[in-house]
Amino acid sequence: MWELNITEVRLTRRQVVAAGGAAALTAALAGLLPAVANASPKDAKKKLAELTGGAPLEEGRIAIDVPPYTQYGKQVRIAVSVDSPMSAGDRVKALHVLAERNTVPEVASYYFGALAGEARISTRIRVARTQILIVAAEMSDGTFHVGKARCKVARGGGGCG
Amino acid sequence: MENKAPEVKVPAVVTPGEDVLIRTKAWHPMETGWRETHDGQTVPRNRINKFVCRFNGADVFSADFHSGVSENPYLTFHARVPGAGVLEFEWRVDDGSILRASAHVGIAGA
Repeated sequence: MWELNITEVRLTRRQVVAAGGAAALTAALAGLLPAVANASPKDAKKKLAELTGGAPLEEGRIAIDVPPYTQYGKQVRIAVSVDSPMSAGDRVKALHVLAERNTVPEVASYYFGALAGEARISTRIRVARTQILIVAAEMSDGTFHVGKARCKVARGGGGCG
Repeated sequence: MENKAPEVKVPAVVTPGEDVLIRTKAWHPMETGWRETHDGQTVPRNRINKFVCRFNGADVFSADFHSGVSENPYLTFHARVPGAGVLEFEWRVDDGSILRASAHVGIAGA
């Protein structure tokens, strides 16, 4: 019949305590140095300053349509529109979307060329957890406008972005 | 899913100078490079990093995609088309391949 070949494992109390200690230490280290860390609002602020070159940010002119609460963070619809005539002299050059608490705060940047119509886009983004989304618009006269919207994500519904 | 061609919806007939809504969707997993499978393997990064739309060679709209863009990226924007021509769309993938789509646009009454 079957010949079982079981290696007997007998641990002394001392070994168990030592193993537990090592595991706890590993867990503590893993907690300190996670492989992929969620960004903090500070990182997003830094990124925003990098994108805008430290220019002052004006509020208004940006409308963000994002669900205030979602159960599924992997596909969150977002529509952004900037109040701009998009004429030759007054137009939006670029639009940057940042998510404060995603793994990497940058989500996407959109650039409007010479033949672009009104500055209105809609897309689907990943939202890792409940957080504030930032949209910055670069105008042709060099000024920056910023808009913010909060998106709440259900527990366990994050999008790993 | 990955072999599916990108989808583009553009009105066939437009009025010159009018804003037209352009809807695009590419079929791509947009792997961030951080996801792990159940057996502990990390799925390598594979993203679309750039989207470009041109009309008869002139720049209309472009976008940089980072990790926060969902898989099968859907994107809509507006264009002001000066005449009849071809709208060309490009999605550049990390591995150097390019997904392409194009659409003909005609002028109303012509």
